[in-house]
Amino acid sequence: MRSVIMTKKIKNLNLNFGPQHPAAHGVLRLILELDGEIVEKADPHIGLLHRGTEKLIENKTYMQAVPYFDRLDYVAPMNQEHAFALAIEKILKIDVPTRAKYIRVIFCEIGRILSHILNVTTQALDVGALTPSLWGFEERETLMTFYERASGSRLHANYFRAGGVHQDLPQGLEEDIEKFCETFPKIINDLESLLTDNRIFKQRNVDIGVVTKEDALDYSFSGVMIRGSGIPWDLRKSQPYDCYDSLEFKIPVGKNGDCYDRYLCRIEEMKESVSIIKQCLSKMEKGPIKSLDGKISPPPKAEIKQSMEALIHHFKLFTEGYRVPKDEIYTAVEAPKGEFGVYLISDGSSKPYKCKIRAPGFSHLQSMDYLIKGHMLADVPAVLGSLDIVFGEVDR
Amino acid sequence: MTNLEDLEKKINSELTTKIKKTEIKHKQIYLDTDKDDFIDVALFLKINDKIKFRQLIDITVVDYPERNQRFDVVYLFLSHEYNQRLILKYSISENEVVPTLTNIFPSANWMEREVFDMYGVSFKDHPDLRRILTDYGFEGHPLRKDFPLTGHSEVRYSEDEKKVISEPVKLEQNYRNFDYESPWEGTKYIKDEIGNNDKKN
Repeated sequence: MRSVIMTKKIKNLNLNFGPQHPAAHGVLRLILELDGEIVEKADPHIGLLHRGTEKLIENKTYMQAVPYFDRLDYVAPMNQEHAFALAIEKILKIDVPTRAKYIRVIFCEIGRILSHILNVTTQALDVGALTPSLWGFEERETLMTFYERASGSRLHANYFRAGGVHQDLPQGLEEDIEKFCETFPKIINDLESLLTDNRIFKQRNVDIGVVTKEDALDYSFSGVMIRGSGIPWDLRKSQPYDCYDSLEFKIPVGKNGDCYDRYLCRIEEMKESVSIIKQCLSKMEKGPIKSLDGKISPPPKAEIKQSMEALIHHFKLFTEGYRVPKDEIYTAVEAPKGEFGVYLISDGSSKPYKCKIRAPGFSHLQSMDYLIKGHMLADVPAVLGSLDIVFGEVDR
Repeated sequence: MTNLEDLEKKINSELTTKIKKTEIKHKQIYLDTDKDDFIDVALFLKINDKIKFRQLIDITVVDYPERNQRFDVVYLFLSHEYNQRLILKYSISENEVVPTLTNIFPSANWMEREVFDMYGVSFKDHPDLRRILTDYGFEGHPLRKDFPLTGHSEVRYSEDEKKVISEPVKLEQNYRNFDYESPWEGTKYIKDEIGNNDKKN
């Protein structure tokens, strides 16, 4: 008898994950190469939500360009508007009234809570826990009502302007936000009681998608992705804008750089955001909410009926728009997902010559192949969830 | 280095001729270099202990169709250690191939793909230069200034062929671009006139 060595060639399996998949967090097409259940390679195909935002902005006046920023990361719209407003303000060298700064910071922090609730709860959903999303979304609804009361719409706010905000907060809103700040920490604790020590949640997240410090820098990570790996870096602290330097808050930093640490960071950041909002509310005083320069911000309606100058300003602002002198600038803010930047080139006309949008999710998603290599197929949604991807900003 | 002026001096003294121009504005440092020196400059910025621009934030291109060297390639860097931002630029003409940065900064991969997709600038030795944001089989480079805002083709589902088809854009009404610029200071023909008559107003 001869011994026969049987060799069987096993081909790797290529699997299409998305573009229609509930755990893909939008329209991601991920082509996975699988060896059994182990992922060998991941090739994300993006651009299914590409709308040409940057091209459109080049053809709109500065004021008309603001709503496009809401539609990038549509989970935290005002944080994006903030970057754009800051960029214009720096070029125009205009001052923002104190009250406007506080209002903007309050709404940015509300945006951060909105985004983190969505992320934490949907990540829990991806790994099998349904209840957190039901509890969390109720709070998001409350927060979006605040958005609506200030700006008139729940999601696409179009509220920030170069030089301040569009309109003052309506009566009673400050008190309601304050009430929310009192009750919300309890909700975070409830969420934590469901997840933080949950055995299944930990099994699915601890030691999954580990990012080392070096790699976090190499892959241009920012926000929670870099802090989860132990690098204390937050633009609100290191390059403070608006009134962040007058506020006290802590920057939560992770230790192991895995999905679980990033989850913990987000939970802690929500608590810090609540404290920031409280501080702003207590420091805020009555006053103007936008720049008083009639060449940049539109005059109040009542004035238009009385003053010729106001009428002219109004007409000029809503036809030609304001002109921005020739310059170039990069401005970044700490959006909930990481460093959101605007690289703006103005040419002296009332439309931007170029406006490059730096979305944090773009570089995070790029590292998908590096993060998922060697993990099981079931870890793909967990890693994807902890990257906090929103396709509005990745695809632009 | 935490001081911008010191940083500017340091870069100028170390890189001498490789830097064409430096400028400090908006608390950021702007460098102009040359395509051939670019890789050396980027590597120096990354590894030098006193500078340490360790993170590449973004890559983009600015299109100036009327210029001889049509594109400006722009790189944004961030130094966590010294809390500084740097903007590095060089100009190229339309069909020039530029060096890739993927060997030094792995995150340059997708950024360069995006630039290739949007502006048609090719990167030499890039590991995977495919389109990234536009549709499969897309033609043209949308962010170039000579690409129309409405695009060239649109897709729709054809009931006859039972599939998604692509056809030339047909608009009921053309895209309207109103000239709102102030005739006293903005419009070009007036501006020229003012320039000729010198301080007429």
